[in-house]
Amino acid sequence: MKRPLAALLALMLVTTAPSGWAMDSAIATGDLGLVIERATGSLLVVDRSDRAAIGRVEGLGDLSHASMTYSPDERFAYVFGRDGGLSKVDMLTRQVVARTIQAGNSIGGAISDDGRLVAVSNYEPGGVKVFDADTLELLADIPAAGKTIGLVDVPGRRFAWTVWDTGEVFLGDFAGETPAITLLGNAGINPFDAVLTDDAHTYLIGLFGEKGVTAFDLWDETPEPMKFLKDYGKTSDDLPVYKMPHLQGWAFTEGQFALPAVGQHEILWVDRESLQETGRTKVHGQPVFIIAQPASPYVWVNFATPLNDVVQVIDSRTREVVETLTPGKAILHMEFAPRGAEVWISSRDDNRVLIYDTRSREKLAEIEADAPSGIFFTARAHRTGL
Amino acid sequence: MPRLAALLPAVLLAGLAPAWAEVPAERAAALEHMVIQDCGSCHGLTMKGGLGRPLTADALVHADPDVLALIILDGIPGTAMPPWRPLLTEDEALWIAEYLKSKEPSP
Repeated sequence: MKRPLAALLALMLVTTAPSGWAMDSAIATGDLGLVIERATGSLLVVDRSDRAAIGRVEGLGDLSHASMTYSPDERFAYVFGRDGGLSKVDMLTRQVVARTIQAGNSIGGAISDDGRLVAVSNYEPGGVKVFDADTLELLADIPAAGKTIGLVDVPGRRFAWTVWDTGEVFLGDFAGETPAITLLGNAGINPFDAVLTDDAHTYLIGLFGEKGVTAFDLWDETPEPMKFLKDYGKTSDDLPVYKMPHLQGWAFTEGQFALPAVGQHEILWVDRESLQETGRTKVHGQPVFIIAQPASPYVWVNFATPLNDVVQVIDSRTREVVETLTPGKAILHMEFAPRGAEVWISSRDDNRVLIYDTRSREKLAEIEADAPSGIFFTARAHRTGL
Repeated sequence: MPRLAALLPAVLLAGLAPAWAEVPAERAAALEHMVIQDCGSCHGLTMKGGLGRPLTADALVHADPDVLALIILDGIPGTAMPPWRPLLTEDEALWIAEYLKSKEPSP
C-alpha cells in the first residue's frame, strides 16, 4: 500500500458505512471482487471467502459493455464504461474516488505492468488514451482511424491495440518521456477482439470481416503478422452471431488455444507452436467466453443469446464436453477463483451470481445481484494481458 | 352500460398506441427487455451506439419503421448486424422499430 498506515486508518475512521453493509475496521482485498450490474450502472462488492455481497458502489454510468482492471495493491479498480467513463473505485471505502468522461463511447482498458498507467480503448472518437493511475490525469492521446479494440498491457510499460475499421495493429511504448507508437502491421478485415497469451508472447487477433486469426510474436523485435486458421471466421452461409465472442477468455491449455468459432456452434483447437488446427468440438451455441479453469485440463464455455442459459465444460485432452450445466437465464460471464476451486457465474435475467465448486460441479451458493454481467476478482491485478 | 365498459379499454389502448404493430403486452415486455439487453450489447443500453450505430429516437428521426424492421429481420450483410428473423416475427420487428423511434432519451 502506498498510503501511510496512519492516513489510511484516519480515512477509514471518518468514512461512515453505507447503511446495511458491515464495515469492520480492517479489510483485506485479496479475496474481494466486483460484479458489474449493467442496468443500474453499479458495482456489487463481493467477498470470495464469505461467498457474499458486502457492498455496492453506484454512479458508474452506462455499463452495458464494461470491464475493469485493478491496481497492483488490489485496492483500486479502474472501471471502463460504455459511455466513455473511466472511474477509479476504492475497494476499502467503496466509493468512486476519481472519474472522467474521457470519450463519447469506449470499450475497454488495461493497466501497465508497473501499475502507473491506465489505458482506455475508445470507439468514439476512435483511439487510445493513457492516464496517470493515481490522478486520472490525461498523459497521452493517440487517435486512430476507427474504433479501437483488443487493448492489452504488454510488459515494459507498453500497450498493444487494433483498429476495427482498418485492421491496423499498434504497439505503444510509454516507458520514455514521449510515447513511441509503432504500426506492427495489418491484421485483416474487421478484427473484432484480440488477446495476449499469458506469457506475453503472442498477440492474437480474431477477424470478423474475413476468415482467419492473425498472430504477432511480441517477443520478436520486428513482429510480422502471421495469419492462420484461414477457414476460421464468419461467412454469409454461417449462423447469425447474436453476440460477439470475447477473446479475453481465449483459453490457453494443454499446449493449445481454444478459440470460439464465429457463426458456428463450435470450439476450435489450435496447437500453440505450429498454429495448426488440431480439432473441433461441437457445443451448445455460439461461444462467447471460453475460459480455462486454472490448474486443470478443463475449459468452461458460455453462449450467445438465445442459447445463453447453458454453460458447458470441456476436457482439453479429449476435447469432449464433459458437463452441461443450466445455471440460470442469460449467463453472461464466468470468473474463477485464482487457484480454480470455484467458478462464479453471472445470470443476468435471474438477477443472481451462482457459485459452483469446480471439482463436483455442484452449486455452492447464490448471491443476489441486479442484472449482473462481468465478474472481476482482485487477483486479476497480477495477471498480464487482462 | 355493459357495452360501453367493454369498449373503453380498447379505446384507451388504441388512443395510446394508434399505429403500433400488434404485439401482446407480455411479449412487448419481453421485446423491450431484449432491445435493452441484447441489442444494447452492441448499440449501448441507452442506444447511444457502440460497435453498432446509435439507435436513439433522435438518430432514427428520418428512418422509416418498415425499413428498420427489415434491417432487424435480415441484418446488414458485411457488418456485425445479424438477421433476427429466426427469433422475431415481422410484427415484432415492426414493434421494435416503432419502440426505438418513440423511446424517450436517456439522461
